Parts: sequence; structure tokens; C-alpha cells
Amino acid sequence: MGLIEAMRKGSGSDSKIVYDYDSSGEQPWVTTSLDFLVNWGRANSLWPMPFGTACCAIEFMASAASHYDLARFGMERMSFSPRQSDVLICAGRVPFKLAPVLRRIYQQMHQPKWVISMGACASSGGMFDSYAVVQGIDTIIPVDVYVPGCPPRPEGLIYGIMMLQKKIREERMERGELREELAPDPSSQLYIPPSRIDELSEPFGNSVHQTRSAP
Amino acid sequence: MSEHLTQDHAAPAFAIVYPGQPGDAPATPKQVPHKGGAVNPSVAALRAKFGPVIGRHDVVWNETTVFVQRDKVAEVCAWLQSDPAQSYEYLSDVTAVEYRDAVRPIEVVWHLRSIKFRRFLRLKTELPKAGKTPLEVPSVWGVWKGADWLERECYDMFGIKFTGHPDLRRILMWEQYKEGFPLRKDFPMRGRFSRSEQLKNALSANPEARYSMEELSIADAFEDLPHDMRKRIGGGERTGE
Repeated sequence: MGLIEAMRKGSGSDSKIVYDYDSSGEQPWVTTSLDFLVNWGRANSLWPMPFGTACCAIEFMASAASHYDLARFGMERMSFSPRQSDVLICAGRVPFKLAPVLRRIYQQMHQPKWVISMGACASSGGMFDSYAVVQGIDTIIPVDVYVPGCPPRPEGLIYGIMMLQKKIREERMERGELREELAPDPSSQLYIPPSRIDELSEPFGNSVHQTRSAP
Repeated sequence: MSEHLTQDHAAPAFAIVYPGQPGDAPATPKQVPHKGGAVNPSVAALRAKFGPVIGRHDVVWNETTVFVQRDKVAEVCAWLQSDPAQSYEYLSDVTAVEYRDAVRPIEVVWHLRSIKFRRFLRLKTELPKAGKTPLEVPSVWGVWKGADWLERECYDMFGIKFTGHPDLRRILMWEQYKEGFPLRKDFPMRGRFSRSEQLKNALSANPEARYSMEELSIADAFEDLPHDMRKRIGGGERTGE
């Protein structure tokens, strides 16, 4: 257990992070240590599945390039196949025509899997409150981290990734329901109730003025 | 090295020669009048050839617009494309305009370009909104094959039927889209259905069954598809129209 002790104390890039650990002895030592080891591995080797549909993808490319260097987070390998990826980064607006594609890519990813919704359009539809654009990808797939911005700067995306890493480090084996997949309703293919989708997609801000139609 | 460069300078690899202006590249026209510029000579030729089929014409920013009778569009286009004195080889765009006015008709617009004579001509035809006239114009697919997707887009956005088009179906919206035609003025900005209804319709589509046989054979991809998909698409299944 020398390795685990060493990692608990922290080394390398993790040395500044304070882990929220239960040291009261209520949790079995073996599972918490194993949790720690597994989470350490998962959080530091996230393989992204880039789903870039708009200008956010340009910022994502900038984040992956040498100046911001996503490889520091174990993300040097962009996984363009959903089967070999851990985190789906949806960068850009998603039109309704692409909704079944995004849903299928998410379903093809193996557990454990996470989703980052990058930018205003992916998170809420952004300025595109129109007939063609999904008002937030959380109406199609579950989302872990929302990164605001239009588009977010690479620092913003990196902050979102670090938040996701923090979330991963706090996962516990005893909470198995975290990894249970939400099954969409077989008839409507929606995984949250329609009333909730309508509520999430309500017009807001400037878009309430966009209701002109013919006399 | 320097010898080589001077040689190149003396005799460039190729030179662009513009008709009527040997060795002299035309400058971008300056001080173009808003209205009343020079009329494209094709208008007079069209009037001589087709007579009453050709309606009024208009010159805005040196671009000529001619109105054509609706059912004669394909004939006029075929002549403009094939006549050696007109030679409009290239169809830039097919689109439509609807005005925010209950009476003013919908216009279908064709942008023609003659590469040989460096001319631009805009054809328009009017489709009255009131009454029971169907929104139909003849397709120019027989004249320019490039009209295929342009007319499909125009159909998708405005609901204008192009008679004689070989494969007129939606191109931007998915094929089972039921809400209508998005660029029409009576179409609400957010669509006709509720967001949950729209999402339900979108998610029920099969993302693989989007392609027609024509598109797959263009891409040479049909033979590489999985067996079940080949069977399904070969049998003519689409997501429904």
C-alpha cells in the first residue's frame, strides 16, 4: 500500500489538491483506497470524444494545441470513436437533425462516461432560439459540466475539465446508481418528461422579441 | 538563380486574357448607379425571341432583373443556356422571396451567369399567394444539373414545387419534418410544435436511413454498407415522407 499512501500525500500535478476523505473510519479502508486508486486513474486519463459542431470547436482545438495543452490532463488522445472514449465534449449548437446522432454516440460510449456541454449553444440553445436548434443538449443526454461562454476561452474549458476531474475523484463505489444509465422512454425516446423539456426550452432574454410573423 | 527569375518574369507560365480587353484586366466598376444602369443586352434578345412571355425588367446596381411568365421558365432558361449569343453556362442560385405583405406575390429567383461574356442576369417569376394557384414552377434541372440541390433547398424552405425535378424532397430539414416550410412568413420563429414535440419527432428518426440510393451511389459507398442496411435502403426505405 506504499503506492496508495504516496498518492494520498500527493505527488506531481496533484499535490495541491485536497481530497475530501472520510478518515473517521466509518468507511471500510479497502473500498475507500480502491475508490481512490480507481478515481485517480479515471480522472487523469480522460479520453475525450470531441463532438464539435460550431465555433466552440475552434476554441476546443486551441485548448488541445500546444499553448494550452490538454495532454496535461491525460487527454492527448482524441478519441474519434465513441467506444474508446470517456468524456463527450459537445462543442457547439446541435440542430434537431443532429439530435439522434448525438444520442446514439452517447449510447455507444461505455460506462463510465461523462459529458461536458461546452458553450452557450450546447448548454441552452444560446442565441439560436429557432425552429431548428435543440435548446440545450441536456434535453437529449445527461450532462455533467456546463461551460458557459460564447465561445468559452480555453481557460474556461480547462476549468470545466478540472471540475469534472474533481467530480470523478469524489465518486464512491458504494453509490452504484451514479453509473446506472437513464433509459429513454421507449415510445417518445425522451428521458425526461416533456413538460420538463418545455420548461427548459422556454424563451429567455432577447429571444422573447423574436415572435414576429405575417400579418 | 537570377537568370531563372528574369526569364520567368519575361514569360509568365500563363496569362489570363479577357474577351474584348486583350491583356488588360477589367477594373472593378466605380460609381455604379443605384437605378437605371446599362441594361443587359440579353433582355432585348429575350424580348425578340419570346415576346409577351417576358415581363418588365429592372436594373439595380447594374444588375438586370427580368420577369418571366411562370410556365415558360424552363424554355427561356434552355434558350439562354444553349444560344451561342447568350451562353449562360452557369446557374449560381435558385431561391425565392416572400414579402411581408398579404397581396404581393412570392417570387422565385434564378441567378444566371455567362462566363463567356462576363454577364449576370437575374430571372424572376411571380407566384400569387391569394387564390388557389399551386406554388409550382418548371424545374430547370434539364438545363443545368446543378439545379438539383438548389431546387430541393427552395422546396424545403418555401414549399415551392419544381415540376420535372427527379428527386424533390427535403434537403436541410429531415424528411419527416411536419411543421411546414420555415422561411415562409407565416411560419413562427420557433416552429409550430412545442419543444418536447419537436425533440420527440427528431429523436424518432433513424440517423442511418437518411440517404437515397442516388447519394450513396455518388459516394460509391453502397457496397461498403452493412448487409442489413443495404437491404433496407435497397428496398427503398427512407425515414418516411
